Amino acid sequence: MTNATVHMEGQLHAPAHGAVATAAVHAKGQQHPIKLYLVVWGWLFVLSTCSYLVDYFGLHGYTRWSLILLFMVLKAGLIVAVFMHMAWERLALAYAILLPPVAVLVFVAIMVLESEYTHLLRVLFFAAPS
Amino acid sequence: MAVLTNPGQSPARLEGWRGIAADWASDQRTFKNVSWGKAMMWIFLLSDTFIFSCFLLSYMTARMSTTVPWPNPSEVFALNLAGRHIPLILIAIMTFILISSSGTMAMAVNFGYRRDRVRTAALMLATAAFGATFVGMQAFEWTKLIMEGVRPWGNPWGAPQFGASFFMITGFHGTHVTIGVIFLIAIARKVLRGDFDVERRGFFTSRKGYYEIVEIMGLYWHFVDLVWVFIFAFFYLW
Repeated sequence: MTNATVHMEGQLHAPAHGAVATAAVHAKGQQHPIKLYLVVWGWLFVLSTCSYLVDYFGLHGYTRWSLILLFMVLKAGLIVAVFMHMAWERLALAYAILLPPVAVLVFVAIMVLESEYTHLLRVLFFAAPS
Repeated sequence: MAVLTNPGQSPARLEGWRGIAADWASDQRTFKNVSWGKAMMWIFLLSDTFIFSCFLLSYMTARMSTTVPWPNPSEVFALNLAGRHIPLILIAIMTFILISSSGTMAMAVNFGYRRDRVRTAALMLATAAFGATFVGMQAFEWTKLIMEGVRPWGNPWGAPQFGASFFMITGFHGTHVTIGVIFLIAIARKVLRGDFDVERRGFFTSRKGYYEIVEIMGLYWHFVDLVWVFIFAFFYLW
């Protein structure tokens, strides 16, 4: 029944019974227990506090960067998976949305090389002698 | 074939990789159990991801390639509260406010699907209030930095690109939050009026309204929070 409704939704003049079923599909939606949201909310607070403490205690170097990235990825994952309901969507949607941003990482790699090159040129030819 | 011969019945949907192949290859709509509104919001958010990625990338490139020391954000965004000098405290409070707003938004979506009109609208308005507070604190932050002499072309502490990156990234994010607040208030008004209980048609689109719009609105709001997670990590903490 739901499948039929989904197909009919795309048509301009859906039969009357189709319209009724459409409402039923819309009413179903993403429903999860409130407790789950509260737990995730709590974790987001904990993780944010952790990332703030990284700065508060003045950690440096690779410890700082890896901790920042770790807390960032965990927070982003919780928000996308639970708050945005991506964990319950069909894989066709999840991959269509989540895979393209991976290309950004390639862009990051390109720009890291580029900025190191620029930095090298500036040090060699433009930096004021110290 | 069952779909063609008997429109009332269709085979159970496949899961996993076979499901992906079937969904994309079916010569029908790809996103099977997602309405066009939700799919379009996701695709818009994907495009917005690329915009914010480009901002953060240009900031990374500027910071990595400059020979002048980058201003220390921990010091720049420190505040004197109750006689104590606390690093980055304003940004930490802003982060907690935005996370709280995401929590209330998630609850609003939940109550929306339960057709609890009043609670949904109240939680959405709470979300909007958190968002407005966030923008207010950002205005305070901008004012403070401008008074201290930060400009897009220079600042008193180091690399001149700091100002340009700061105003561009936080400004664009703040604009998103502001638009979100307006969007929230508009939808909350519709919820409170009972538009989605009687499936009243929109004045502009003439389409029927459903409680799903609360979830679509929620996607946008959580995305704004998500972007802040990355800005907080890369611009303020790095």
